Amino acid sequence: MTSDQARASIGERFSGAQVEGTSPIVATVQPEQWVALAQFVKETLGCRFFSYSTAVDWKEGLEVVARVDNVDDRIGVLMKTRLAPGVSSCPSLVPVYRGANWMERECYDMFGIRFEGHPDLRRILLSDDWEGHPLLKSYAVDTPHPPYR
Amino acid sequence: MKPPVPEIPVPVWRDFKDLQEWEQLHKERPSGDKHSALFESVTEGIHSFPGGFAVTTVADAFFNWARKSSVWPVTFGLACCAIEMMATFASRFDVERLGMVPWASPRHSDLMVVSGTVTIKMAPMLLRIYDQMPDPKWAVSMGSCANSGGPFRHGYHVVKGVDRIIPVDVYVPGCPPPPESLLNGLLLLQDQIAHFRKTGRRAPPTPKVD
Repeated sequence: MTSDQARASIGERFSGAQVEGTSPIVATVQPEQWVALAQFVKETLGCRFFSYSTAVDWKEGLEVVARVDNVDDRIGVLMKTRLAPGVSSCPSLVPVYRGANWMERECYDMFGIRFEGHPDLRRILLSDDWEGHPLLKSYAVDTPHPPYR
Repeated sequence: MKPPVPEIPVPVWRDFKDLQEWEQLHKERPSGDKHSALFESVTEGIHSFPGGFAVTTVADAFFNWARKSSVWPVTFGLACCAIEMMATFASRFDVERLGMVPWASPRHSDLMVVSGTVTIKMAPMLLRIYDQMPDPKWAVSMGSCANSGGPFRHGYHVVKGVDRIIPVDVYVPGCPPPPESLLNGLLLLQDQIAHFRKTGRRAPPTPKVD
């Protein structure tokens, strides 16, 4: 399967999705289709390698990003989903990709996105008593952290 | 999206928030942290006794000589500065000729070289290691990160200068400071130790560099 065929098949299967590019194929879907897209990409396109998952704070809502790869056929898919403004909850990809576990924990740590269905959602990099999520645009960098700041 | 063009006012030294914070912090820090009240009262007594000054000053000179000739730094590396610190401790720059033996236990050490970035998560451990060192003890802040937070100062996770956690005697600038620089800092520290007054009180900062 080539990258063009993969892009066409994603567009066919998910009618509301916005699919563009070849390497990587950028597929933007609604949050309801997020897990279904991951399942399709893994099982039908054979993208078994979960590269990374992160998020972007666009101020008008968060965007969750995940990159998966089919190493044999050289297909890379960048999956995106846009959360509504003020919403910080997204379906988890851990049931599909086990490698998403720590990535989503980091995403929760930095952006405060609650991944529904994640088995162990707690902070991974910052200490447990940290207040706030530092990579959000609304986070004030000067937030005091007594006693050390 | 085009970012708004900021209007940058003319900088006034006093307007910098960082400097204000620094001044505030160093105003609040107690100065005589190495002194024990009982010990000092005894030495004060001897010193004020007629002719007692000969005892205290000679004892001071002797103790200071002993202290500065056997400063044992605790093996404690935090970041890339630790590589330069290891180079300083290794054979080429050989601080052992100054009586410094890098020791792997804080309980036998006199000096802590804070070499590198101190994150907020690491700060309690650093304080714990410092607390385990017996008095009198010294600290050298090595590199921009330990001095002030360095390039991470305006980030969210770095302590803005290790002097917010422990009292620091010598600041070594650089990113990272080369071994010569650290060696100079250690010599300055020895000089400072040599000027300890009356068994354990902290010397005034000496502006002598080079």
